[in-house]
Amino acid sequence: MTAALTIAGYGLREALRRKVFVVVCLLTVAFVILYWIGNRYTFRHVADIVPPAGIDAQAFAGAFLFGMAMFGTLFLGTVLAIFLTLGVVRGDAERGLLQPLVVRPVGRGAVLVARFLGAAAVCVPYVLVLYFATMGLTGAEGGWWPDRIVTPGLELAGGVLVVAALSLLGSVFLSSIANGIAIFMIFGGGLVAGLLGNIGHVLNSHGLVHAAKIAAWAMPFEALYQDALREITQNTSGLTGFLLRLGPFGGAEQGGVALRLWVLAYLAIVGALAVAGFARRDL
Amino acid sequence: MSAALAVSGLAKRYGAVEALRGVDLQVEAGELVGLLGPNGAGKSTLVKIACGLVRPTTGRAEVCGARAGSREARAALGYLAEFFRFPGWTSADELLELHQQLAGSGGGEQERRELLDLVGLSDARSRRVEEMSKGMQQRLGIAQALVGAPRLLLLDEPTSALDPVGRRTVRTLLEELRRRGVSVLLNSHLLSEIELVCDRVVILLAGQVVTAGTPAELASPRGVEIDTDRGTEVHADAGRDDVPQFVEQLVRDGRKVYGVRVRTSTLEEVYVEAVGGETE
Repeated sequence: MTAALTIAGYGLREALRRKVFVVVCLLTVAFVILYWIGNRYTFRHVADIVPPAGIDAQAFAGAFLFGMAMFGTLFLGTVLAIFLTLGVVRGDAERGLLQPLVVRPVGRGAVLVARFLGAAAVCVPYVLVLYFATMGLTGAEGGWWPDRIVTPGLELAGGVLVVAALSLLGSVFLSSIANGIAIFMIFGGGLVAGLLGNIGHVLNSHGLVHAAKIAAWAMPFEALYQDALREITQNTSGLTGFLLRLGPFGGAEQGGVALRLWVLAYLAIVGALAVAGFARRDL
Repeated sequence: MSAALAVSGLAKRYGAVEALRGVDLQVEAGELVGLLGPNGAGKSTLVKIACGLVRPTTGRAEVCGARAGSREARAALGYLAEFFRFPGWTSADELLELHQQLAGSGGGEQERRELLDLVGLSDARSRRVEEMSKGMQQRLGIAQALVGAPRLLLLDEPTSALDPVGRRTVRTLLEELRRRGVSVLLNSHLLSEIELVCDRVVILLAGQVVTAGTPAELASPRGVEIDTDRGTEVHADAGRDDVPQFVEQLVRDGRKVYGVRVRTSTLEEVYVEAVGGETE
C-alpha cells in the first residue's frame, strides 16, 4: 500500500508540475462564470414569464439549469478522469515510462490501484467543488435548492470514478489514442441511453425504457447520473416534477441502494479484469 | 550460493515469431557477462524475462534463486531498459528518491549523492530530466538501476547515447561494480566495450546461444609476427606456443629478433564468425 501511495503521490506531483491543475482550474472558472451569467439572466426573466398551468417556473428553471450543470460537471469530470488514466499501461509502456517502475518490487496491481487512487484524488474533489459551486450559484441567483443536497454530488463523483476505472481497464489493452476514443464513445453511449429513456417515457414505450435502463446499468456512470438527477427533484410533484424528470441530458431514473451496490461490484469487476490483464501483459 | 541469474531452456514466442529457442545461461555472483547478437536475436527479450517484464513461453529463469518476475527477484535486481524515458518534470534527485521508495531502500540522501557521483552527475542533482542531454539521461538511468544496491544489474544498451568520455565513465563504473561483487548482464552492440570489461561473452543468434566463453577462450590464433633484422616474418598458422621455438631457431641462425606479436582474433571477428554475416 505504501508503494501505491508513493506512485499516486508521484502522479499528483506530475499533474501539478505539468500545470494540469492550472489549466483545469482556469477553464472551470470560465465554465462557472458562464453558468452564473446563465442563471442571472434566466431568473431575471423567469419573473416575467407566465408559465402553463401546473408549472412552477422558478423550480423548473432552477432544476433545469442545475441539471444542465450536473451534466457539465459529469462531462468535465469525465474528461479529467480519461486524460489522467488513458495511457497508464500501454501508453506509458510504449513511451518507456512504465518499465522502470514495474521492475521494482511493486506489484502490477499496486500500480493500477495507485493510478486509480491518483485519478480519484483529483476527480472526486473536482466534481464535488464544481457541483456545490454551481448549486450555490443557482441558489443565490434564483433561490432554488435541490431536494437532496449531498447525495447527487457523490453519485456524480461515483460516475466519474466508474469512467476512470473503465479508462484504466482500456489502457491495459489499447493504445492511448484508441483508449481515449473508446472511453469517450462509451460515455456518449451512456448519454444516448439516457436520451432513449426520455423518448421511451414520452412515448410510453416500456421496451425502449427497459432497453435504456439496461444500457444505463451496463454503463453505470449514466445510471448514477440519472439517479442524481432524480434526487434533486425527488420531492417536486405534478407536471413540473414530470417534466423535470425527463431531464436535460438523459432522464431522471431511480437507482437507489441496488444501483450503488451494483456500482461497487462493477468497480470490483473492472478492477479485477484490469489487474488480470496487466499481469498477463508483456512489456 | 545461487547464481545471480540462472536461465534454462528458456523459450519465448510472440505469435508466429520465436524470439528465444531454448536458451541456457548463467551469470555467477560478481561476474560481468556480455550479451551479443544481431538485432532480433532475442537479447532484449532475454533481459526482459529476467526482470519480469515479459513472461517466458517455456523454460525457467531465476534471479538469485527466486523465480524471475517474483517480488524477491525484482528486489534483487536493477534494470536499465534499451528504450526508457523518465518524466521530464522530475529532477535527478527526485527520480532517485522515487526509486528508493519503490525499492524499499533506506539509503536516503547519502545513497543518492553517491550514485550521482558514481555516474558523474553530481552537478546535475537538481536539474530536471527534460533539461538533460540524452547521454546524461542514460547515466541517470544507470544510477536509477543501482538504487537499493542490487545484486544483479541488467543493462540493455547502456552506452548507446554516450560519448567516449561517458563510455569510459560507465566502464570504470562496471569495474567498480565487479569489485563490489555485483553481477552484471550487459547487452551491448559495442564489441570493444564488452571485450574490455566482460568476464564472459555470450552470443545469441535467432534465439539461441551460438557461442559462449571468456574473451580469451573465444579468441582463436591468427598467426605470429616476428620483427627481425631482415624484416618481419609472418607465420600464419602458428600460435603462442610456437613462439619460443621460432625465436630459438632465429637466434641459432644468427638473426636478431626485435619483437614478437602473437595475433589472435578480435571479439569482432569472433562475433562475425558466430553470426555468419547476419547484419545488425
